[in-house]
Amino acid sequence: MSQYVLRRLMIAIPSLLGISLVLFIVLALAPGDPFGELATNPNVPPEVQAALRAKFGLDDPIYLRYLHWLAAMAQGDWGFSFVSRMNVDTLILQRLPTTLYVIGSAQLLALAIAIPVGVYAATRPYSIFDQIANTFAFIGFSLPTFFTGILFILIFSVKLDWLPFVYSTDIKATGIPWVLEMIRQAIMPVMVLGLFQAASMTRFVRSAMLDVIRLDYVTTARAKGLGQAKVIVKHVMRNAMIPVVTLIALQMPAVFGGAIVTEQIFRIPGIGSLLISSILANDTPVVMAVTFVFACLVVLFNLIADVLYGWLDPRISFR
Amino acid sequence: MALLDIKGLKTHFTTDAGILQAVDGVDISINRGETLCVVGESGCGKTVTAMSILKLIAMPPGKIVAGEIMFEGRDLVPLTSHELDDIRAKEIGFIFQEPMTSLNPVLTIGEQIAESLRRHEAVTKKQALERTVDMLKLVQIPNAAGRVHHYPHQFSGGMRQRVMIAMALACRPKLVIADEPTTALDVTIQAQILDLLQDMKERFGMAVMLITHAMGVVAETAQRVVVMYAGKVVEEAPVDELFGNPRHPYTQGLIRSIPRIDLDAAHKTRLEAIGGSVPILINPTPGCRFAPRCKYAMSICTEREPRLREIAPGHRMACHLGDAS
Repeated sequence: MSQYVLRRLMIAIPSLLGISLVLFIVLALAPGDPFGELATNPNVPPEVQAALRAKFGLDDPIYLRYLHWLAAMAQGDWGFSFVSRMNVDTLILQRLPTTLYVIGSAQLLALAIAIPVGVYAATRPYSIFDQIANTFAFIGFSLPTFFTGILFILIFSVKLDWLPFVYSTDIKATGIPWVLEMIRQAIMPVMVLGLFQAASMTRFVRSAMLDVIRLDYVTTARAKGLGQAKVIVKHVMRNAMIPVVTLIALQMPAVFGGAIVTEQIFRIPGIGSLLISSILANDTPVVMAVTFVFACLVVLFNLIADVLYGWLDPRISFR
Repeated sequence: MALLDIKGLKTHFTTDAGILQAVDGVDISINRGETLCVVGESGCGKTVTAMSILKLIAMPPGKIVAGEIMFEGRDLVPLTSHELDDIRAKEIGFIFQEPMTSLNPVLTIGEQIAESLRRHEAVTKKQALERTVDMLKLVQIPNAAGRVHHYPHQFSGGMRQRVMIAMALACRPKLVIADEPTTALDVTIQAQILDLLQDMKERFGMAVMLITHAMGVVAETAQRVVVMYAGKVVEEAPVDELFGNPRHPYTQGLIRSIPRIDLDAAHKTRLEAIGGSVPILINPTPGCRFAPRCKYAMSICTEREPRLREIAPGHRMACHLGDAS
């Protein structure tokens, strides 16, 4: 098992290298660079500009620049943000916990809604509960987060004034009030992202359950007199969760993508909004690093999916 | 008193095309310790009859619309699925047709057998495991103590069917319903499984309701035979009587369709098949349901449905042929 994980991590290295190369080339081809601002600054003489460009290797051919970046990354040097005037790794480490907090809570909320609703709906297909659940799920994944986000802000912040619509990292409180404020300001982004996720997950859980519920071994379990609840949980759910786990793990890239939008709407100082502001400010080292972190997270979640898959399904062995 | 006495059972399914009368007035009774074979072609209602006993059919679309199922003098039809849970596996065990798909792929076979014991009997986890290993030994699974922790995919089809038998018999039920337990298996394995079933029956003294479409299996195992056609019982007789003196044209057809290896080349003839197939039981035509395929069909056959009547002690059949009229 640990050998399998190790081997998978080794396999991840070439794919991460490939991803980083593509990212680097795309960014190099994109207009603008970190010194774009200097070029328009009349106080900086052209020869200073040229000297700076040469010093930071910006005029080198692209493969050399990539190798420089790679060598630095390998030594743990993520580069320097010219806009924020700090090291990129410190900057990302500052922002990442906020993103993980919001996305993690949203995913937990989505699972907490999708699994019970999906399972219950599947045990009573075409019942009133099932139809209501289906309708809400359909509405849920038809509405994009940028719409529901603004709707939530309008209702809960502007009209009702219950919740703050700007996410703040420097809450002026300590202890329990700090915790409460952290929860309060995360409610709307977590709801928006979580409900959106829950909608598609519910439908997936339901159909996975319906696929399993009519299989022969479920009848076998019923013939043992185990009772509805035990048959559903032990025999149906256990099998239905295998594809669901895969789907959730493979959806993670889309979740991070969705988080970028949500972070923009609620002004959450997470990694997504860092990416947007860095792109707008031509802060190439940060853009490169953030996209690379996203790539690593996607690879990581794929690995988690495979490990969970093998754990849930004994027919799959780690070899 | 019979152990199980099914009277006038009607199980219908609601489909888009109309009401499907899968089982339409079936009477079957099984005595204690007896092996009863239910035979007939695919689609004639054997499985639905069996599944109706423990309400294992999907409801909806299925529904028991009439009849009673008396088990030890108690009618099972009005019981809810929840109330039947105490009878399932404990009083009536079930062996299914497809050993490849009837076991849960993500649970060990030991867990699947033990959960039945733990549901119905006051045993600890350890006792349940011990009894499971004993059961696996009884059904002749080699290295039972080690195999108990294996998953279904680590067993062959024949071995899985042995596991299914161990599972069905774990709680020592009074009646075991085996729904085509050998259909999905190789011929050599079929004989082993039938022998095993016979052994178990003698050891535990239970009654067996064996559903099959193989007449060879019937001749080997049954004491009494019920022949079903299109959701109805057409003939019922002790096994020797049925093979020696089949009265219903359908039974005669079934028996003639068994390959004979005891005849020498000179007497060998083409195997006789019954033409046509089982009708779809939505809005069945009046009269005898076998009439369209019957070579003796008379005008009365399409007008009036023949009633099941006793023609000799223990021998009943439903056909207008040989009627007093």
